[in-house]
Amino acid sequence: MVVEASVGIAGEDDIVAARQLARETAKGLGFGMVDQARIATAVSELTRNIVRYATEGRGNAVIRTLSGPDGRRGIEVVVTDDGPGIADVEQVMQEGFTSGNGLGMGLPGTRRLMDEMDIQTALGSGTTITIRRWRR
Amino acid sequence: MARFPVIRLGRLLIATVLEELRDSDAVDLREELSEALEKTGALGVLLDLSAVEMVDSFLGRLLGDVALCAQLLGAHTVVVGLRPAVAITLVELGLQLKGVHTALNPEKGSALLRSLIARDGHAKRPNGR
Repeated sequence: MVVEASVGIAGEDDIVAARQLARETAKGLGFGMVDQARIATAVSELTRNIVRYATEGRGNAVIRTLSGPDGRRGIEVVVTDDGPGIADVEQVMQEGFTSGNGLGMGLPGTRRLMDEMDIQTALGSGTTITIRRWRR
Repeated sequence: MARFPVIRLGRLLIATVLEELRDSDAVDLREELSEALEKTGALGVLLDLSAVEMVDSFLGRLLGDVALCAQLLGAHTVVVGLRPAVAITLVELGLQLKGVHTALNPEKGSALLRSLIARDGHAKRPNGR
């Protein structure tokens, strides 16, 4: 069974709501405490990027459970905004890069917390970032 | 309800974060602690994060800011009670809590604060508070 939930992101309360929902979903899937923290932290980083950088600070986070072909369970979070897009994905994935008032570790740090991360973006047409983590 | 009650114990301020902090709550924490330091002349801040389930880059930076503000106000900061899951996540995220001392629990944290204050070796505050 795939469980899916969506959280509209429009402010800091929604950052908390999204990361709590991701944590609860991960807990329900049987992820341990460290993975729960990794997943909640990654969702916090990505949804904060929306509040900070997206047009009017608005976007969306979809959290869903995954079932792999080998029977493994996992969690996927798709974070979408229709903001300005990222001009140079390679650049933002570099350690220490920051375009604004961030710490420059948001995206590379998030990548390290997850098993998979995919970024779809183009200037002027928003950004969709998909992250996944699988049960060991 | 207070999200992070601050109590004074001798020369120390003890702040306990009781619930998940929004970004603005974290900023409030920094300001309230700074004001409490100014008001009380405390020489150390013990910040208990044992109820915190997640520290992301924003909150991590705020903790560094709290320690820097406290330092400018003549006080040391020790963060205690970081959960193992939070510690591992911080390392993977690449966050260094610069200028922030840490200790396992409040008991060890207050001992560390007392030794840091003792090492300063002199009363910083002329009124001796």
